[in-house]
Formats: sequence, structure tokens, C-alpha cells
Amino acid sequence: MAAIAHNDDTAVVIIGSGAGGGTLANELCQKGIKVVLLEAGKRESSQTFIQDEWESFNQLAWLDKRTTSGNWRVATDFPNLPAWTCKTVGGTTTHWAGASLRLQEHEFKALTNYGKLEGANLADWPIGLAELAPYYAKAEHKMGVTRTNGNPGLPGNNNFKVLYNGATKLGYTKCSTGHMAINSKFRDHRSSCLQMGFCFQGCKSGAKWSTLYTEIPLAEETGHLDLRPQSHVVQIETNAAGKATAVVYVDAAGKTQRQKARIVAVAANSIETPRLLLNSASNQFPDGLANSSGQVGRNYMRHLTASVYAVFDEPVHMWRGTTMAGIIQDEAALKPSRGFVGGYEMETISLGLPFMAAFINPGAWGSDFTAALDGYTNMAGMWIVGEDMPRETNRVTLNTAVKDQFGQPVPNVHYDDHANDLAMRAHAFQQGGNVYRAVGAKSVIETPPYPSTHNLGTARMSNDPKLGVVNKHGQTHDVKNLFISDGSQFTTSAAENPTLTIVTLAIRQADYIASAMSKQTV
Amino acid sequence: MDEGASQQNALTRRDMIRRTAAVLTGTIAATSALATLAPTRAWALELQTLSQHDGETILAFGQTLYPHATLPTAVYAMLVKDLDVAAKDPATASLLRDGTASLDSAAGGNFAAATPAARLAAAKAIEKTAYFAKVRSTCITSLYNNELAFAHFGYQGASWPKGGYIHRGFNDLTWLPNPPAAASPTVGVL
Ligand SMILES: Cc1cc2nc3c(=O)[nH]c(=O)nc-3n(C[C@H](O)[C@H](O)[C@H](O)COP(=O)(O)OP(=O)(O)OC[C@H]3O[C@@H](n4cnc5c(N)ncnc54)[C@H](O)[C@@H]3O)c2cc1C
Ligand code: SF4
Repeated sequence: MAAIAHNDDTAVVIIGSGAGGGTLANELCQKGIKVVLLEAGKRESSQTFIQDEWESFNQLAWLDKRTTSGNWRVATDFPNLPAWTCKTVGGTTTHWAGASLRLQEHEFKALTNYGKLEGANLADWPIGLAELAPYYAKAEHKMGVTRTNGNPGLPGNNNFKVLYNGATKLGYTKCSTGHMAINSKFRDHRSSCLQMGFCFQGCKSGAKWSTLYTEIPLAEETGHLDLRPQSHVVQIETNAAGKATAVVYVDAAGKTQRQKARIVAVAANSIETPRLLLNSASNQFPDGLANSSGQVGRNYMRHLTASVYAVFDEPVHMWRGTTMAGIIQDEAALKPSRGFVGGYEMETISLGLPFMAAFINPGAWGSDFTAALDGYTNMAGMWIVGEDMPRETNRVTLNTAVKDQFGQPVPNVHYDDHANDLAMRAHAFQQGGNVYRAVGAKSVIETPPYPSTHNLGTARMSNDPKLGVVNKHGQTHDVKNLFISDGSQFTTSAAENPTLTIVTLAIRQADYIASAMSKQTV
Repeated sequence: MDEGASQQNALTRRDMIRRTAAVLTGTIAATSALATLAPTRAWALELQTLSQHDGETILAFGQTLYPHATLPTAVYAMLVKDLDVAAKDPATASLLRDGTASLDSAAGGNFAAATPAARLAAAKAIEKTAYFAKVRSTCITSLYNNELAFAHFGYQGASWPKGGYIHRGFNDLTWLPNPPAAASPTVGVL
């Protein structure tokens, strides 16, 4: 591991070590580029992960104060927990489930294919599937995605058996154990999946890809990485020429430090990324860094989500085995005849008893609630993840009335469901319930969204500097040596779980940064 | 006063505290899944801050909010235990004391002794209060995040110490046909 001096201004400084930042760091280090990786959280490991839902949440989740507004139910159920993300080395790739899907061609051209929608800020991505395909292939190889690169699919668990049988009874044809960044056989020095069922708590066998024990140690081996855990960035500084020059952070001892930089890349997940840009406002950038478009923090997307649980006469034991054990993709196609644009995926999900009690119907009490939990062993479950509409008014702003532990304004997350989101959710609840009713469900429970696990869009990509924050390489239009390297770049959300695309964009961005550095264009 | 006398005084004082302390007690039914898990079937919870009446009211309130016909009272006692700890904070203590009074009055005298229907009506009557929110949200972690509840509801908890479920029934469901290998490869390919 390298030790890069605070006043060394030749390194790339990356903020956040999750899917985007961890991958970018390794890709740059492999090319011989020096990287300082600043991560707010501590460094844990498979050994220290805890198979207890609340303890693991307290160990790894981002718990700094946030506030909410808008008509989404999360604002009522979890007013100070709009999102489920992590603060730890590896970021949310410690808690993620591993579902790894490519976006579909038509989804990159949402405005063209869906048309203008009242109250939605739809746009086409400045890139398409063809341009990304070689990078998707690299990402799938890196992450060991099943059913790619000769990696077998994972064996389905009981929860998947129920999903599969219901799906085929309904006439769905695209149902399998899917594409998962989970080893189905020993690969890349990591074991195969032991079907432990604690994917959301950090994988203790290392079968599931996480930057914590793949990208980051590989980057360390190059001797070019200086990883600094417990380093919470509070500001990005710029000079008179409008270039980013340094990053200010608070270290583990509570001491303020300043790291000089040649290039700064922000990968703090789509709530903290815009917050940091807004908190870095200066005389030169009065509305926040890289915000001449006014789009920083806007178009916040979180995917249309919902879950369907069903109770059967016979046991399921859904918590045994991979949390996302399989998928139905038939509803992911574009079929406006359903009464909405975009599509949705149906993926098995399971929560342990403690989280089931907390999330199945937040705030509810009484005999309906307890009847559902009484059926816990006989329960199967699916999560619905669909394309939600970007809206200018759905946005991350600074709440200056509330300060965090460093005295900085906390982010407020405002989200109003669009009519398209509501129509899609209603359809998905109906179809999800039908899957389970087809195999004899005694009761079906429609569960509202959890705090957002997919956070997207708050520094969107556009060729037009007036309409977006970054270009098609994630480079900000306003500050040439400032990059955005996480899901904030997404122009629209598409239906698929986003991480494979975040990793793909990071690999592509590393090529662009390396070439710009050698050509001295940044 | 000599050593011995002061020691005796201390003992007496401790004894007095013990005799006056509020204690909730109960027995786990022999037929319960939990009977083999707990060291003894009889349980007792000594309260540090809450009164006997507060404790009994909270226990009954928990049973009203989250009624599970066969869930042993010992699990509901976890709610009382957690709120007793929370009541070390004076503001919480008074919130809970006032809550007892409001439940009692909504139930026409004594909530804990009222009929299930009267208790339900009383709970509904105070649904918008901070006290209700406090007890209800505490229920979620107190009732469902402990080993006794895991055993009762059949949840198996941590699986790492036992090597996961790969050889322990992750795909043992037999009441539906197995999906074809193309959709769900067998474990054999590992
Ligand atoms: C339970 C769960 C299940 C999921 N399952 C899937 C799935 O199956 N498939 C899928 O595609 N996606 C899934 N996701 C989403 C996935 O985890 C995210 O898409 C992905 O991790 C986002 O990558 P990122 O780099 O943008 O952010 P993160 O991985 O969240 O990393 C951001 C990092 O930045 C750090 N940071 C933030 N602010 C600062 C600061 N000011 N200074 C220093 N560091 C900072 C954070 O501590 C964090 O470590 C899941 C998420 C959760 C919570
Ligand atoms: S089920 Fe597999 S991927 Fe998930 S935590 Fe267990 S071993 Fe890891």
C-alpha cells in the first residue's frame, strides 16, 4: 500500500469505496495511477460480519441523520432513514444481494421510446447498450456473474421453487436463478455460495462479490493505493481556474485534513454525492460545485419498489439460501398496453424474523399483522424493482436547519411518486400476488417500499451542459478534473438493479481518465 | 457504628428493596416450543424503575397490540424489560407512567384487567399519542428480535456456525415439483 503525502497533487482522489469508487480505484491502480481512496466508514471483513440483522445494520449501515419530505410512504415510515446504504470499506456492496443485470437497449432511450410524460423529466442517455457492451462483459468477468463467462447458475432454494412454479402456472417463461455476482463454484480465490441466507448482512464466506475483498485488496497489491478508512469528506476545494485542487476530510481522530488532488472522483452514493457538491459551494460556484445546470440533486430516483409475501399451507423456510435466489423477467419488457411505461423485475427476497417484523407493514399492529408473522415459516417472498420516473422536484437538498456530527447541513430527500409509478406498482402487486395464488397461497401481503437501496440520478448524464451535470464519461461539465463515479450519473433508472451498470461505468471511466491524464487534457 | 452493624444495615436495606421491588412472573407452557430452550419454565422479571402496575399494563398492552395466541408471556415480558431500561431516562419514565393512566382511563379503570375487546378499544383511543408510538415501536424489536421468539416462529437465526444451509435444507421443499436444471442447476455442479 502506498503512502501518498497530503500535499502530493499528482494522485486521483476518490471519495467512497463502494461499487463505483472501489472499482474505479482498482482499475486506475492496475494502470499504474496513484489513488487516494477516502472512505467514511471502518474496514470490516468476512470474519467480522455479523449474522444478526439489527447488529449487522448497526455495524455497516449509513446511520448519519437525514430528513425526508414528499408523498412517498418511506417519509412516513422512516422519516430519518430514507435510504438503506452502507458506511464501511466496500460501501453498500457489503449489504447488497448480488443481482447483476444489464440494462435493456430501449431503456437507454427512455425519452425516445416512452415519449414525453407530464411531470417526468425523461431523457435519453448519451450512451447506448452497444457502446457499453464490452464494458459490461468486463464487469461480469470481474464480478463472476453467474450464467456469464461459463459460470453456472446457482441452485435455487425453496423460495425460488415457489416463485418458479407460480411463474410457470401464470405462463411466464423468463424465470431462473438469474445473473448473480455470487460464486456458484470456487473462483477468484473465493469460495462458492454456502446458501447461508445472510447476503444482506455481509457474506461471511466471500462468495458474493464486494469491493471490500476483491477490488480493494487487488488495488493494494499494486502498491499504488492509499486507502484511508474513517475519513469523512466534507468539502471539495477549487482554484481560480475552476479546477478541483483538494479534498477536505475529517479523519478517525476527528482531525481535519486536506488532501491535494490532480483529479477528484465522487462515488459517495446518490444522496451523499450531491450533498457534497452542494456543501462545496463557493463564491465561484455559488449554487454548489458543478451545478451550473441546476440539476445537482434533482431527478433523484429510487426504483419503483414493493414486495409481495404470501403464506402457504406447507413450509417454505424462505430464509434458507441466497436472499435473491431467482427472478421473473417477463414484466421487464416495454408494454405500454399495461397502462404505464417502463417495466419491472420480480426477484425473490427474504427477511429474517426481526426485519420482517420491522418492514412487512411499518407502523401496523393488530391481528392482521400478527397473523402474517404467525405464518412466517410457510412464507415466500418477492421484491419488485421497476423503472421509476425522474422528476426535477424529486431531489436531494441541504437541510440547513439540521446539522450532522461535523456541523454540516444534512441531506433532505424529497420524493413524490409519479402516476406512472403508482400504476406500475398496482400492476406489480396484482401480478406478484397472482404468482403466489397460482400455487395456492392462503394469504398475500402487499408490502410497501423499504428505505431506498437503489439511489440514482442526482448528477445525471447528458451531452448538454444545460440539461445534465456530467458527460458520457461521468466528467462534470463545469469542472474538468471532477468526476462522478456512482449511480448519480444515471439519466434514467431502467428496471434493473443498478450495480452491474455502476461497475461498468467505473471501468469505462478509468480508461477515459487514464487516457486524459496521459494526454494532459485534465 | 461498627463494621458488622453497618453491613447488616446494608443487607437489611437491600432486603427491603427486594421485598418492595415490582416483579412480574409467569410460566412457559410445557407444550411450547420454548419450554426446552429456557433454563426453567418459570420466569420472573424484577423491575428497576417501573411500578408493578406500569409493568402489568405494558405487558397487557403488548399483548393487545401484537396478539399471538400461543406466544408465551415470557416474550411479552421482554417488552416490559426493555421499557424498564428505557425508563431510566426521566422523560421516558413519565411518558410511560402517564401512558398507564391514559390506558386505564380509556379502559374504564384497569386496562390490564379489562376484557380483550375493551383493551382493543382503549388502544385505538390512544393510537395518536407519543406513548402509543413508543410502546408500539419498541414491540417490534423487543418481541421479534430474541432467541425465544426465533424458536417460537421457527426462524433459525445465524447459519454460519452450522455451515449455511447448503447441506441443511435450503432446497428441501417437496410440495411443489423441482424446477428444471436449466432454471435451477443442481448443487452437483459446484
Ligand atoms: C440490502 C441491499 C441489497 C441490494 N441488492 C442489490 C442487488 O442485488 N443488485 C444491485 O445491483 N444492487 C443492489 N443493491 C444496491 C447496491 O448496493 C448499490 O447500487 C451500490 O452499492 C452503489 O454503489 P455506489 O458506489 O454508488 O455506493 P456505495 O456502494 O454505497 O458506496 C458509497 C461509499 O461512499 C462512502 N461515503 C459517502 N459519503 C462519504 C463522504 N462524505 N466521505 C467519505 N466517504 C463517503 C460511504 O461510506 C460508502 O462506503 C442493494 C443494496 C442494499 C442496501
Ligand atoms: S447465501 Fe451465499 S452469497 Fe449469500 S451470504 Fe450466504 S454464502 Fe454468501
